[in-house]
Amino acid sequence: MKSIEAVRALAERAGDAVIIACNGLETRELFATRDRPGNFYMIGSMGLASGIGLGVALSKPDRRVVVLDGDGNLLMALGALANVGASRAENFTHIVLDNHAYASTGGQLTVSGEIALDEVAKACGYPWIGLGLGGLDQALRAKGPAFLLIEVEPGFVEGLPRMEIPPPALAARFKREASK
Amino acid sequence: MTNAGRFFETLDTLGYGFYTGVPCSLAKDLFKVLETERADRYVPAVREDVAIGIAAGSWLAGRKPVVIMQNSGLGVCANALASLNAIYEIPALLVVTWRGHLGKDAPEHLVMGEITEPLLRTLGIQALILEADHIEAQVCEADRLAAARPAAILVRKGIFS
Repeated sequence: MKSIEAVRALAERAGDAVIIACNGLETRELFATRDRPGNFYMIGSMGLASGIGLGVALSKPDRRVVVLDGDGNLLMALGALANVGASRAENFTHIVLDNHAYASTGGQLTVSGEIALDEVAKACGYPWIGLGLGGLDQALRAKGPAFLLIEVEPGFVEGLPRMEIPPPALAARFKREASK
Repeated sequence: MTNAGRFFETLDTLGYGFYTGVPCSLAKDLFKVLETERADRYVPAVREDVAIGIAAGSWLAGRKPVVIMQNSGLGVCANALASLNAIYEIPALLVVTWRGHLGKDAPEHLVMGEITEPLLRTLGIQALILEADHIEAQVCEADRLAAARPAAILVRKGIFS
């Protein structure tokens, strides 16, 4: 499966959940698929998507918060999984697209092929773990923190636009939506 | 009232309601309050840059966050402060303890102690050095500096320890 198919499915089914997309292909594919005020696109600070999502989730416990992460991002701040698991944030859904590569820098390999990321999440206290896109609807409704690991092909769609919203305007737009 | 009590009371009046960070012995009085009286508003972070991310998320959801860390953690946070807070204009009130102040500390703190102020300046973060006699006024000043970007309160030994 291509990563854009998983991103499209998430965009269609996310409802009023807010989505934090990590930097790299996740941000570019989500922006190209369906831009909306409830999307926060990271363009830097690699590794911090789960932390940002946790801050939103703990501040808005009645709102579903989805972190759209990648294997490179997840591995960069693997300790953040412990923070998410320990938080017991029931409204937190972590979706990880695993292509075993740093796609936006040329497809160099990450070490995710050697690591059972779902088991890491389980050991960190995520009470709901799923594998594959078929688990998406359940992951979005599960009592979290929920962790859905989706294996995707390496590479991404050529010619995707870069996220073109000025970052301060994007943050202000997301804040208006997430503060509701 | 203790210095920590005065500090939190002032933060309360300014609307701060979300705390995260990584402990330092120079801020142990603050962490004691967070772990006992304010555990519902406190997330102990695994790393200082993760704390910056958590704080950013809370701000994006309408809260006013405080991040407490040792100055050793500032180095960990450089990229988060530059490529998250600075470019998106996401504020945070940073409370940074100053190990290695005036070169009097264990060896591991001396280099970071010397570059703490220059590092903050390089990151475009305004900072003030907390004095026990002026806690209320200085916290209010730091809040003004942190309106649209992070600002830092530097804490030396003895004020919260």
